[in-house]
Amino acid sequence: MVLLDVEKGKRVRVLSLNGGTGLEDKLTQHGLYPGDCVRVLRTAPLGGPLLVDVHGREIALGRGIAEKIKVEESKCE
Amino acid sequence: MRVALIGQPNCGKSTLFNQVAGYKAETGNFTGTTVTFTESSVRVGGETIEVVDLPGTYTLAGTNPAEREASRYLLSEDVDLIINILDASHIAQGLELTLELLAMKVPVIVAMNMMDEASRMGLKIDGPALQEKLGVPVLPIVASRGRGVKGLFLKALSLSKVKVLNTSNYLLMTEDDRMARHKVAGGLEREFVTRGERRINLRDRIDDLLLHPFWGYVGLVLILYTFFQVVYGVGVLVETPLMDYLDKITQELILCLGEGKFLTEITVGALQGVVAGIGIVLPYLVPFLLGLGLLEDMGYMSRVAFLMDALMHRIGLHGKAIVPFILGYGCNVPAVMSTRTLDDPKERFVAAALATLVPCAAILSVVFGLVAFYLGPFMALVLYLFNIFVIALVGRVLTLMIPEDTPGLILEIPPYRIPTLRTVTQKAWFRIKEFLVEAWPLLIGGSAILALANFFNAADFFNSLARPFTWTLGLPPATGVPLIFGIFRKELSLVMLGQALGSMSFDTVLTSVQMITFTVFVMFYVPCLATLSALRRELGTKDMFVITGLTVVIAMVTALLSRGLAIMFF
Repeated sequence: MVLLDVEKGKRVRVLSLNGGTGLEDKLTQHGLYPGDCVRVLRTAPLGGPLLVDVHGREIALGRGIAEKIKVEESKCE
Repeated sequence: MRVALIGQPNCGKSTLFNQVAGYKAETGNFTGTTVTFTESSVRVGGETIEVVDLPGTYTLAGTNPAEREASRYLLSEDVDLIINILDASHIAQGLELTLELLAMKVPVIVAMNMMDEASRMGLKIDGPALQEKLGVPVLPIVASRGRGVKGLFLKALSLSKVKVLNTSNYLLMTEDDRMARHKVAGGLEREFVTRGERRINLRDRIDDLLLHPFWGYVGLVLILYTFFQVVYGVGVLVETPLMDYLDKITQELILCLGEGKFLTEITVGALQGVVAGIGIVLPYLVPFLLGLGLLEDMGYMSRVAFLMDALMHRIGLHGKAIVPFILGYGCNVPAVMSTRTLDDPKERFVAAALATLVPCAAILSVVFGLVAFYLGPFMALVLYLFNIFVIALVGRVLTLMIPEDTPGLILEIPPYRIPTLRTVTQKAWFRIKEFLVEAWPLLIGGSAILALANFFNAADFFNSLARPFTWTLGLPPATGVPLIFGIFRKELSLVMLGQALGSMSFDTVLTSVQMITFTVFVMFYVPCLATLSALRRELGTKDMFVITGLTVVIAMVTALLSRGLAIMFF
């Protein structure tokens, strides 16, 4: 499953970032690492970005990016 | 002694810097406002120290130019002490950088900034315990209100004298193990931060409305509409009496020096350049930049980017690039300036190029004075819609030609903050100063040249120069001068057109088709001198010429197209 498919409000665990090192660097710089728990807070309409809670910070991620983030539904504390 | 301020983006480094150094660095509730370092001498406790504000960076191994700048500086310059600023409301992330800094052979002080925000979020941070664990001083501050700032620098001064190195437990962390640092930092946060009840959850409530799939856009339109109304309301209120007064001075000067003399003409020309500068700065730049600063510092501009990302994607840009477009309708100069908040150089180029195609307030006067007045307001509306269509099309083509390698938006949406009057006004002044230094002298020189050309009756020469364009477009030869000199000051295009054609009743000297062709051409062709100077500053001389050439091509194509369409309809 990728982040793009996650229902609003659900917490999921990030498995891997599959967009090349450039994207991985950018995401880890915003505090998003594999193994972290994130939550989709909102989505913008018409193919707009997702608003994701990453350790209490809210990060807007374009759909193209959310598509490259593999996640799983598992217990996130 | 030299102290370097370092921290992650949007943690308030520049705010702290400006508190001690006076306003020298640009700030904003937006990541990546600082792109190079700024240095300043500061007097603390009777001694002078050098304080350096470095661009925000998430890690010393950063990838974008601004981040590389920060680590390069730290590694090469002799820095006596590092003040590491942490956003107290998100310390885990900030601590990752702290852990990297601890490994350097430079004393570190950790400044916990935005303690007020953290306590509003219900966070309790055990500073003393964290200080013990890290082995370096940890001090709480609120940089925006200046709280704890003096104490911080006094501490820095005393620490640099003792020359104690960091006695941290984390000195031996492997240098490039980001994952390990991430885990340790997360552990530190869990250990020393207790999360209480969030006292107010205003942010979520406001965002429920302002980021709503429907009401968010209603809010966007209302907020921007109000913004424009207030800006122009203030602008007109100031501009009209001011311009009248300046005109009177000009008239008296002409009387004083004697009409028709060389010296008079050139002085009046230069003076008109001065006046035009004031006419751009006061009514447009000042209220616009104040308003923009306010929206930025409150945190709304990032939300606009979030809302508009989908739409901007259609023309090959990210949501962040919406700002230059909004500004462009007032004046292209701040629009081009604002492209510097974009990360990618290609995106900056495309956004700046498109922003120069947005019809500014000066072009509005041509559209209204010519098209709306003689052909009806509906025609003016059609032209504006046509303009948006052309911009979207050009955006598409440009991004096809310059392939994007960034896959999409990654932007932190900051919490809402109440801006302080000081930061907003100082930020506006910081940007206005750029205009005054860069573009204003050009305006004055350009006006003087225009006066010279008039004095020597060079109109025929310029008309023949522009003849290939005016002939192709089916415009009278005399339109050459207003077109060429419109580049200096577009708000004068209409007046110059009247002078050149010998009548201000344009329906007697131009056909409807010519009016439309002329207006469309003016809408798109070469940006004004002030905008050109802004383009050169933001993108460099080469890109400035490329964009200028591009606008000429677009103007020719669109003007020819609208000429053809107009012939069919009229």
